[in-house]
Amino acid sequence: MLVSIGITAQQTPAPKQTTDYTIEGATAHLGNGEVIENSLLMFSNGKITFVGKAEMKIGRRGTIIDAKGKHLYPGFIAANSTSGLVEVDAVRASNDIRETGTMLPHIRSIIAYNTESKVTESLRPNGVLMAQVTPRGGTISGTSSVVQFDAWNWEDAAIRVDDGIHINWPSRTSFGRPWRGEESGPKSNKEYKKTVDEVRTMMNDAKSYLKGSKSPKNIPLESLAGLFDGSKTLYAHGGGEKEITDIIAFSEELGIDKLVIVHGAEADKVADLLVAKNIPVLIDRAHRLPSSSDEDVHLPYKTAKNLIDKGVVVGIGIEGQMERMNSRNLPFYAGTYAAYGIGKEEALKLITSNTAKILGIDDKVGTLEVGKDATLFISEGDALDMRTNILTDAFIQGRKINLETHQTKLWKRYMNKYNNQ
Amino acid sequence: MKKLLLFCLIVITINQLNAQEYFPVNTGVKTSNEKFTAFTNATIHVSPTQIIEKGTLLIKNGKVVSSGNNISIPKNTSVINLEGKHIYPSFIDMYSSFGITKPKRASNPSRRPQYDASRKGYYWNDHIMPDQRGFNDFKFDSKKATEFINAGFGVVATHQQNGIMRGTGLVVALNTSDGNETRIIDTDATQHVSLNKSVSSLQAYPTSSMGSMALIRQVYHDAKWYAAGNSKTKDMALEALNKSSRLPIIFEANSLDNNLRASKIAKEFGLKYIIKGGGDEYNGLNEVLNTNASYIIPIKFQNPYDVSDPNMASKVELNDMRSWNQSPTNPAMLAKKGVTFALTTADLKSAKDFKGNLMKAIKYGLDKTKALEALTTIPAKLLGKSSEIGTLNNGSYANFLITSGEIFEKKTKIYENWVQGNKNVLVDMNIKDIRGNYNLSVAGKSYDLKVTGEIGKLKSEMMLDSAKVASNISQSNGWINIFYTPLNEKKTEFVRLSAPLNNPDNLNGSGVLTNGNPITWSAIKKAKEEGKVKDAKDKKSEDKKEDTSPIVMPLTYPNVAYGFKTKPKQETILFKNATVWTNESDGILKNTDVLIKNGKISKIGENLNDSGAKVIDATGKHITAGIIDEHSHIATTAVNEAGHNSTAEVTIEDVVDADDVDIYRNLAGGVTTIQILHGSANPIGGRSALIKLKWGESADELLYKNRPKFIKFALGENVKQSNWGETNTIRFPQTRMGVEQVFVDYFQRAKEYDALKKSGKSYRKDIEMEVLAEILNKERFITCHSYVQSEINMLMKVADRFDFNINTFTHILEGYKVADKMKEHGVGGSTFSDWWAYKFEVNDAIPYNGAIMHSQGITVAFNSDDAEMSRRLNQEAAKAVKYGGVSEEEALKFVTLNPAKLLHIDDKVGSIKVGKDADVVLWSDHPLSVYAKAERTMIEGVTYFDKDTNAQNIKGIQSERNELINMMLQEKNKGMKTVAPKKKEKVYFHCDSLENK
Repeated sequence: MLVSIGITAQQTPAPKQTTDYTIEGATAHLGNGEVIENSLLMFSNGKITFVGKAEMKIGRRGTIIDAKGKHLYPGFIAANSTSGLVEVDAVRASNDIRETGTMLPHIRSIIAYNTESKVTESLRPNGVLMAQVTPRGGTISGTSSVVQFDAWNWEDAAIRVDDGIHINWPSRTSFGRPWRGEESGPKSNKEYKKTVDEVRTMMNDAKSYLKGSKSPKNIPLESLAGLFDGSKTLYAHGGGEKEITDIIAFSEELGIDKLVIVHGAEADKVADLLVAKNIPVLIDRAHRLPSSSDEDVHLPYKTAKNLIDKGVVVGIGIEGQMERMNSRNLPFYAGTYAAYGIGKEEALKLITSNTAKILGIDDKVGTLEVGKDATLFISEGDALDMRTNILTDAFIQGRKINLETHQTKLWKRYMNKYNNQ
Repeated sequence: MKKLLLFCLIVITINQLNAQEYFPVNTGVKTSNEKFTAFTNATIHVSPTQIIEKGTLLIKNGKVVSSGNNISIPKNTSVINLEGKHIYPSFIDMYSSFGITKPKRASNPSRRPQYDASRKGYYWNDHIMPDQRGFNDFKFDSKKATEFINAGFGVVATHQQNGIMRGTGLVVALNTSDGNETRIIDTDATQHVSLNKSVSSLQAYPTSSMGSMALIRQVYHDAKWYAAGNSKTKDMALEALNKSSRLPIIFEANSLDNNLRASKIAKEFGLKYIIKGGGDEYNGLNEVLNTNASYIIPIKFQNPYDVSDPNMASKVELNDMRSWNQSPTNPAMLAKKGVTFALTTADLKSAKDFKGNLMKAIKYGLDKTKALEALTTIPAKLLGKSSEIGTLNNGSYANFLITSGEIFEKKTKIYENWVQGNKNVLVDMNIKDIRGNYNLSVAGKSYDLKVTGEIGKLKSEMMLDSAKVASNISQSNGWINIFYTPLNEKKTEFVRLSAPLNNPDNLNGSGVLTNGNPITWSAIKKAKEEGKVKDAKDKKSEDKKEDTSPIVMPLTYPNVAYGFKTKPKQETILFKNATVWTNESDGILKNTDVLIKNGKISKIGENLNDSGAKVIDATGKHITAGIIDEHSHIATTAVNEAGHNSTAEVTIEDVVDADDVDIYRNLAGGVTTIQILHGSANPIGGRSALIKLKWGESADELLYKNRPKFIKFALGENVKQSNWGETNTIRFPQTRMGVEQVFVDYFQRAKEYDALKKSGKSYRKDIEMEVLAEILNKERFITCHSYVQSEINMLMKVADRFDFNINTFTHILEGYKVADKMKEHGVGGSTFSDWWAYKFEVNDAIPYNGAIMHSQGITVAFNSDDAEMSRRLNQEAAKAVKYGGVSEEEALKFVTLNPAKLLHIDDKVGSIKVGKDADVVLWSDHPLSVYAKAERTMIEGVTYFDKDTNAQNIKGIQSERNELINMMLQEKNKGMKTVAPKKKEKVYFHCDSLENK
């Protein structure tokens, strides 16, 4: 097998869909909780044209893929990710996550998104085909965008440009820094009110600015406009019970329509409020440790259940240890949540339809429904389980993508070496 | 109490000794006084157990002459009648830094690490200072001395608390009248050791407690070698250590874990350490008793946390709350266990807090005689000074307390504290008690005056015809002072009265009215009346309050959340109808029973029976061998000794942390055995600890029995400090080229060392070389952290050159590139399932690595190196199925049998085979499935985790937290001092972690 290694990065993007596809016989997991056994799905020009039972007497179009015994899923979406912003964690030059400064709504992740990332490429064979690319610096971190993983450049990649603005909501609790001679342990964060007031002031400034002549131009204030006209979502990264309550009041006060809580460690304590206000939560991945020695050792696995039982709309955010490379484990985070009380189809929603709704891209992706993008894949088995998440075919917007990666190439190259010895 | 002490701060001391006889006198005539002082009619506690009623104590020249009932009193004797009073030997604090200022912290503006010692002519490590003498730094501190005297102390031992080996300490009497020539009882009485580095040097080594331990051991070896005259050069540090070798050694450990570490060193070298503990010994009383050491125990008790804000309260962990609740029992429990200990004021902010805490310890069950011994005879004995201090035997220093009653009664006052025959008055014992009710007549008006409170802190209540008059009363230097604001005065003005205290029943004095006119006044004490009755009633209710014994939460094993109430025992268990993953030629057996008996897998088969067995229906469930993590950093308080590029002398076995909740969390993920590895800060790292996760047992009990020996090596970015920042660029090696030379150098030296040793000639024992020689002699295995193919290949070649084998490459992310060479060398690979992209050297790391190496016949394991991943290694094993198509049966072996093979323990664990240890896991589902949960995890037939007990634990933790929070809130409402909530931020270690817990 001849492959070229070296500086070649991601697989060459696939050409636009020209032939139609029919996938027949798979167990289709629609992403909205429904399952169709022995399904039939067809797509043309990048859009799904038919979803139903294989028993349907309807003309099969284009290339027919026999997927009997296999499983069909909508492409998975990694929310609150930094895919494409860092290549090697320890190499500073490859890191584009955090801009300097504190109020950075004008900072846009999309222009730094590296379509050639080998790390991002390695997510595709696991069914992770889209991501929200998020800046992380400052108090107001900047503006994220949603991309798909088969593109020549960031313009091609974009599914939704500038979907929302991210804010690192301060914590009411601060921790002593013993290395600075402070006593260790938690204490009330004296800066909390001040930080919140600074954000409030900026938001109010933006509102006044936007009503006026907008001259001279103020770039950061201008970039906040979408929060007030409903075109952008406010992603508030925060966790505590009191903080979430404050965030909700803050958004209402400022007339911010679309709010998403990111992390939400104690979101279950304010679940009723979240449900009443229709505010979703991007919870952290299941594979993390309890936050204290006393905590239920399995609590991190039960976060989804604890919120879903109360009616909160939940998606999974990927932020955490080695998150770029770990994004390919997104399906298994959902699988772990499934094991701890919510079931597989509900768990699937956490990385498909729910996430699509939260990110405002549910008109295009997130479920296997007619009219949506043909961003989907076929797996040998249950894609939420690592031993059966084995992809045979994957499509992004109808384009059949290559599932080879830098890693599969090395695998094959060295297996060839040994096989030929 | 606090105010009383403040009031007493001005202590009157009277000098009874004279200048040294051979000194010239230039300020007057030379005098001497050979007078005696006798204290008569007292209850004399000659020692805690020897009491003389109505006895006489005779002293002269600062020493006890005699004591007893029939003492003949010489003519030149001052007699002091102590009718109704007690005499006790004054206390000894054998652990202090009294009069010794800690040196300044060294600073390093360049921020470059320092690897070599600053001192010349001394040991190679600045933190070894046995030549340091506390005496040289000693300056008598009168203010601190007064604090000690007021708390009842007469003698303290003090030393320079800086460095790992800290040199000698002195014993000094708290004699504020005479000079050092009298009060210093011994200039070099003790020698001191700790695990903590000197603040005055920035020499990097050691960076960890295991490094400190290794260094102490090496110093002892070197001192012995030096004493035999083997050194060609002088070493003032070793000379000093040898010179003081007969002195008692005090080891500052400061925690249960460190107590045990100190004791381990002591036993290895046949030494007897006196261990300065941490007050947490109650968490491991048996281990403490087994050390056979004597202890110095602090009585610093935690104030309750301020838990009024539920959000903050949630941040306090159960073990911290328990420590607030349980630690006051520490002295009592040690005493009951029979541990020999002295008490110390060390760790307290001030000796002023001592009495309050001691009374608390007594309230929590400390026997009063034991308490007194711990403050007198025991410290005296441990200091080797029993004939001089600690008792009032004839010839001892006249260091004693005169008290109003039994010393540890709440109401008892210490009147005087005599040190070396010098009187210190704390409370005037001749003070007149004027408490009672008076008729006060001033300027034609008659007031009711009620005097209450404590002597020294009187309270007054003044009434004029049932109207209250604001007033204040005080007593000083034999006078009584009263001032008050008369009624009907428009302004706040005072009438001021004073009178000499000749007769408390009839006070007559003078004063000044608000208008400035002088007056005379009188106050006549009323006959005893109903007032007293009320007092008695008050007293009764107060006593009652005191009698309620405190509520102390039961200890658990370990004494943290999820600890066992009673240690779990081996059981006979019959699992029925399971799918059994044998990892043997039988493969995966369906509908099979497994019998666990006597800690072993006893039978495997169909329709098994055992009359004594607890039967568990495992229908639909799976049984596997316990998971083995070849590369873990949980359950340890240190990972790296980063101070040198080779640290074979350190061992993780020294720093195992048996209380780490991650042990329990791992059990909940089916893990039963782990290798705790040293980190990757240096090419030659430290030795491993191979442990079984026997939650609730001590660190020593966790260690795998008859374990094979392992050491961690490392290659690549971490050892060449690539990601340590710009200042860490001087330690050799900084390139992969240098890494090879480190190995060649050390193995060459080890080879020569071993040859010399085997030749029978004398040699300097070097722990590091001993360990490396074990590798050359094939007695110790190497697990080497490795990434890229070039370095992997290099290390195998170095090993070939020295004729040994690398046992395991861990991480080994490019192992797939040299799998053929690895196979030829005979080395195994313990890798990550899918980690990559975190460093430059993992660019070519691929998740197919395990599958490729496996396909070439290499023994492959998946490891965690991570506290989170380790609790779901079964899922990681499943990734070998996904990436590279390894069969499910073989994939499970990646986390069970294969790591057992790599660790050379597959004779006992790693598969379900009759006769092997019953280290088994019952899974709810296919064990490689993301949906599988460990329902029961057993080690040697003992269930350390099961899902039902876990559910109870979660409830139990919640209710205990709640109970403790309520107790703390009650304390807060009583006005106790509280402290801000704390939560130890748990440190999770990886290979490159440089911090210590």
